[in-house]
Amino acid sequence: MNTLLRILAWLGASIVAVTIVESILKSLKNYQIMGSDIITDYGLNIICLMGISISLAVSLQLINGYTGQFSLGHAGFMAVGGYVAAFITKSTLTGANPPDQSLLGTLPVYIFALCAGALAAAIAGLIVGIPSLRLKGDYLAIVTLGFGEIIRLVIENIEAVGGPRGYIGIPKFPKWTWLSAGGFEGTFSSLSWIFLFIIITIIVVHNIVESSFGRSLVAIRDNEIAAEAMGIDTSFYKVLAFTISAALAGFAGGLYAHLYGQLVPNTFNFVRSVEIIIMIVFGGMGSITGAVLGAIILTGLPEWLRIMAGLRSDSLPSWINKSLGYLPDLRMIIYSSLLILIMLVRPQGILGNYEFSLSKLLGKSSKNLPKTTEEKKA
Amino acid sequence: MSGQAILETNNCTIRFGGLTAVNELNLSIQPNEIFGLIGPNGAGKTTVFNLLTGVYAPTEGVIKFLGQKVDGLKPCKISAMGMSRTFQNIRLFSSMTVLENVMTAYHVRTKQSFVDAIFRSSKHQTDEKAQRDFSLEVLEIFNLAQFANEQATSLPYGSQRRLEIARALATNPKLLLLDEPAAGMNPQESVELMHLIGSIRERFKLTVVLVEHNMKVVMGICERIQVIEYGKSISLGTPQEVKNDPKVIEAYLGAG
Ligand SMILES: Nc1ncnc2c1ncn2[C@@H]1O[C@H](COP(=O)(O)OP(=O)(O)OP(=O)(O)O)[C@@H](O)[C@H]1O
Ligand SMILES: [Mg+2]
Repeated sequence: MNTLLRILAWLGASIVAVTIVESILKSLKNYQIMGSDIITDYGLNIICLMGISISLAVSLQLINGYTGQFSLGHAGFMAVGGYVAAFITKSTLTGANPPDQSLLGTLPVYIFALCAGALAAAIAGLIVGIPSLRLKGDYLAIVTLGFGEIIRLVIENIEAVGGPRGYIGIPKFPKWTWLSAGGFEGTFSSLSWIFLFIIITIIVVHNIVESSFGRSLVAIRDNEIAAEAMGIDTSFYKVLAFTISAALAGFAGGLYAHLYGQLVPNTFNFVRSVEIIIMIVFGGMGSITGAVLGAIILTGLPEWLRIMAGLRSDSLPSWINKSLGYLPDLRMIIYSSLLILIMLVRPQGILGNYEFSLSKLLGKSSKNLPKTTEEKKA
Repeated sequence: MSGQAILETNNCTIRFGGLTAVNELNLSIQPNEIFGLIGPNGAGKTTVFNLLTGVYAPTEGVIKFLGQKVDGLKPCKISAMGMSRTFQNIRLFSSMTVLENVMTAYHVRTKQSFVDAIFRSSKHQTDEKAQRDFSLEVLEIFNLAQFANEQATSLPYGSQRRLEIARALATNPKLLLLDEPAAGMNPQESVELMHLIGSIRERFKLTVVLVEHNMKVVMGICERIQVIEYGKSISLGTPQEVKNDPKVIEAYLGAG
């Protein structure tokens, strides 16, 4: 009961916070600094994409980062969630007798569809998780890659969702205006959905990792034989990690579907899975903060380069201007050199397994532990 | 032998291809004793531990723990029944701190559910606290509490061995299998370890099976000793009996 109240309070606070952030971002659209827009529709779109990448990367961290199982099937889970959710909303909202278009009429449909997508992806994760019991490393990677491709090929052959041409006409998230007080008008649309889901993903993954169950997952990564000898059912926890991670990826897939209003099977090929893996390798395996950072940097890379190219000005030497101008075209080269550089200089990723923590930052010790020798010396 | 054995093997054999690593071994461990299992290098002592804990299933024979047949069960099931072990080649959880290593082994007795963990329920919090308190208490016994927040693999070798015992205790075992716990320890540390094993037996009501090459330790704390060579049992008795057994002397001198 106590727990339920806490959850509701958290959820309420998150919805309000998310609404406010979205409203601020959207109202900034009307302002300009030095003649250029602060935020454009295009920019908002990129922020949404980053948000989806963050959820995918953080959820993948559960399998690849914490449990140490190499999965290449994340795009497949995302596709399952996306298609299932999209099918439900499209057939309900544009079907024979659609509910009324108010907040109360449509919100339950979206929530149900997204959850159903997550559930379907969880089932896919359960099935893909089973090979992880017998396979390790590269072999597991290849099998999960195969599963991901099978999922994509199956979707391509289902005519009801458009087959290889793609699934179009998926209802987008409407803009719900719900909070208005003192001249402030809060809206809740795709950006809010995505922000809210990032918060949920991070809380879920963080709370798992920082618990007895998380230690069991890390134990499997660190030393499977010892984990098993200490009574940890390694088979069960591996499959569990796959299932939860897949459910979160499936939810993210649903958000993606309703953000764009269309899905194309080809966007869920294994290159997509590799991209998500690169994000966590880049940010740091076994760090939620690292996954967030990796997702933001790599999803936004083309935009960062474009922004840098925009810094050209007459006051700079001409060679700098010239090189800045080339940046956007050199995107792929910069991307791969960045990865090579990381592998050479910091193979554990930018953050390694460092985790950002507010209490650490404020110098408070969140856990009552005896001081380590180093702390004592200091 | 008196009473019901806590652990029994009956004609236990395991073959790796052509090699018979353990050959028709009969063990009978009595509750609360410290039992030594010794033998020359490659005699099959570690393989016996791997059989008992379920890492390997015996090719032939039966293993009974607490009166129940356990051969063929997964290691985690056997561990949950109350058999825990340490490893000859140390197997700590390398990315974790000393404290987390011990807490991880407590997981078999966790009272929180997965949902409790995700929602940080009060059950989760009391359980985490219980894990932490118990683990710190065990670390205290092993003189490791001051390193609780240190990376486990940064400890000196001898301390890592003691940490492995501490971790094994967190599963709340009835039977503890120690594979060369004194390896790499200096004489002073070995003597301390000997007393430690004796005291944890009393405190946690343990039965201990000890594999060890350090004869001072083995002769010092074991009540009974079984000697194996080439996977076969060659002698069983009190330390005095075993020490004077001509077969044992031959096995060691011959092998040495
Ligand atoms: N998985 C395996 N596959 C093949 N042979 C094995 C395997 N495990 C152990 N052996 C062999 O079984 C024999 C017994 O090995 P074991 O490690 O049990 O000896 P030990 O008594 O523990 O020796 P030590 O005192 O050196 O630790 C050795 O010849 C070893 O090579
Ligand atoms: Mg051995």
